[in-house]
Amino acid sequence: MISRVARRRRQRAVETERRIVSIADWRRPGIRRTLRTIHGVTLIFLLIVGLGPLLWLAKSAITPTQDTLRTPMAMWPHGFDLSYLVTAWTQTHIDRYFMNTVWIVAGCWLVEITVATTAAYALSVLRPRFANLVMALVLATLFVPAIVLLVPLYLTVVNVPFLNLSMIDTFWAVWLPAGANAFNIVIMKRFFDSLPREIFEAAQVDGAGPFRLFWSIVLPMSRPVLGVVSVFAVIGEWKDYLWPLLVLRNPDLQPLSVRLPTLQPSTELDIFLAALLISSAIPIALFLIFQRMFLRGSGLSGAIKG
Amino acid sequence: MSSLAGPKVAATSERRRRGLPTWVSRDGLSTLVFLLPLLVIFGVFSWFPIVRALVMSFQETNLVSPPTWVGLNNFVNVLQDPLFGTAVSNTIYFMLLALMFGYPIPLVLAVVMSETRHFKGLYSALAYLPVVVPPVVSVLLWRFFYDASPTGVFNTILGWVGLGPFPWLQDPGTAMPSIVLEATWAAAGGTVIIYLAALLSVPSELYDAAEVDGASIWNKIWHVTLPHMRGILFLTLILQFIATAQLFTEPFLFTGGGPANATMTVLLLIYHYAFQNSLGGDYGMAAALSVMLAAFLGVFTAVYFWLTRSWSATS
Repeated sequence: MISRVARRRRQRAVETERRIVSIADWRRPGIRRTLRTIHGVTLIFLLIVGLGPLLWLAKSAITPTQDTLRTPMAMWPHGFDLSYLVTAWTQTHIDRYFMNTVWIVAGCWLVEITVATTAAYALSVLRPRFANLVMALVLATLFVPAIVLLVPLYLTVVNVPFLNLSMIDTFWAVWLPAGANAFNIVIMKRFFDSLPREIFEAAQVDGAGPFRLFWSIVLPMSRPVLGVVSVFAVIGEWKDYLWPLLVLRNPDLQPLSVRLPTLQPSTELDIFLAALLISSAIPIALFLIFQRMFLRGSGLSGAIKG
Repeated sequence: MSSLAGPKVAATSERRRRGLPTWVSRDGLSTLVFLLPLLVIFGVFSWFPIVRALVMSFQETNLVSPPTWVGLNNFVNVLQDPLFGTAVSNTIYFMLLALMFGYPIPLVLAVVMSETRHFKGLYSALAYLPVVVPPVVSVLLWRFFYDASPTGVFNTILGWVGLGPFPWLQDPGTAMPSIVLEATWAAAGGTVIIYLAALLSVPSELYDAAEVDGASIWNKIWHVTLPHMRGILFLTLILQFIATAQLFTEPFLFTGGGPANATMTVLLLIYHYAFQNSLGGDYGMAAALSVMLAAFLGVFTAVYFWLTRSWSATS
């Protein structure tokens, strides 16, 4: 009996490497009680703060306006009604703005992935002589806060140099600038750098040209990093507000993030809250599915973009 | 490294003798094809606009007539704008408040969370959840929470313990803290994840050694954990400064700078110059103010990259 307990304890110590609190600390009843309390309180705090607002939104999205206004914290004093979600989707054209968002995000994703993979392949595998210069220029953009770009980028989109055309009120105005993301290139290049060179050499001996090497060998090998970049690209673009606000003036083209603030004054509260719930469903679902990707410290790259 | 295939070398030198520019013959057209998306996209949407921002700050630009050089006029105009002082002090106030709310909480949370033995994933998922909610949704939702009437969500909750009702966003004194509170809620999860990773990197032998010397839990946090986290703590501090100075969505949608310009930040002022001017945007002034903000933030960014670089070199 004792040995089993000891074994289990040893096992646990191996599984979770010790941190600040030692096993000896855990054995002392006073400390254990305090720690349990702290952990319990923290969990309750996180539940209320992290999940609470979203649960409230979910509750209110199916509650009549008057109930939400008079008693915001009561649980359905006069019943609930799932039809608000349907009304929001159909009558306030949330479906159209939702599809706009999907289109914008999909195009941005495609541009970001294309630029990042081709650039990283050229800079990491093909390595031309001027690769270091190009990489330095890409890294230099990380030093420039995004705000500096706002006005000149807007003017560039209004009148694209050499082409003399305006991208305002087209999705291109959001899609193409999304590709200029230095973080994607850094992450992708770092991954390509770690791929074994022997495979490339073997493929080249077998007669694979640079295009074939890229498409049939490098891309299939980089599925993990493609996943990371994709998920962050999709959530990042879904959250974007200021840029689409500036370049998409036509309400028929605007994504949810731009439409929601303008819809608010003219929309019944229950419908509006239902629209908010619909708008956050996709990013939250993606997060729940790909949790591990987010929680493995890779949030660092998102932090600096601000 | 580009001469991966031996047999090709001969052909390459052959071509070089024929007088093609060496970079084409050595690096090949295909390399250029692969680099093209990067060069075009970064050229048009990143490198060119960055240079243009600098140029524009010395020009008078509108969309009709060609730009004219005006020297330092834009900078002088910005500095003489009475709103400029307000915006700068508001932004600094915002950054300090964000530091007060947003700096200690993630650290405390991360230290507690890294000690849990069960549901580790649940803790971090809950902490990170607000980060993935689109900012526009969070702001619109919180704007409703902040309803100043006694039946507002927060006022109802505070009413249970006999507090309030508070005016939240409608009073110049409480508007900014209210915005910062929401911004902290929306961003803290990211910092918690960074700290959790940093806490894992503290060698457990150090804790063992501290215990031999009879250190209590508190001693261990103070003398082992925190000194080890010094680097990452400084890093998140800089990241937070850079991020908070550039926050736009929150003040723009919560208050739009009001009440009485109490939440007018530098970023809102830039937007105001460029896009909210009834006489047509003053792009020059907007560019000048952006360049000034960038120069200020550039110091922080440079320190950040210098730090991360020296760390990745040592590890």
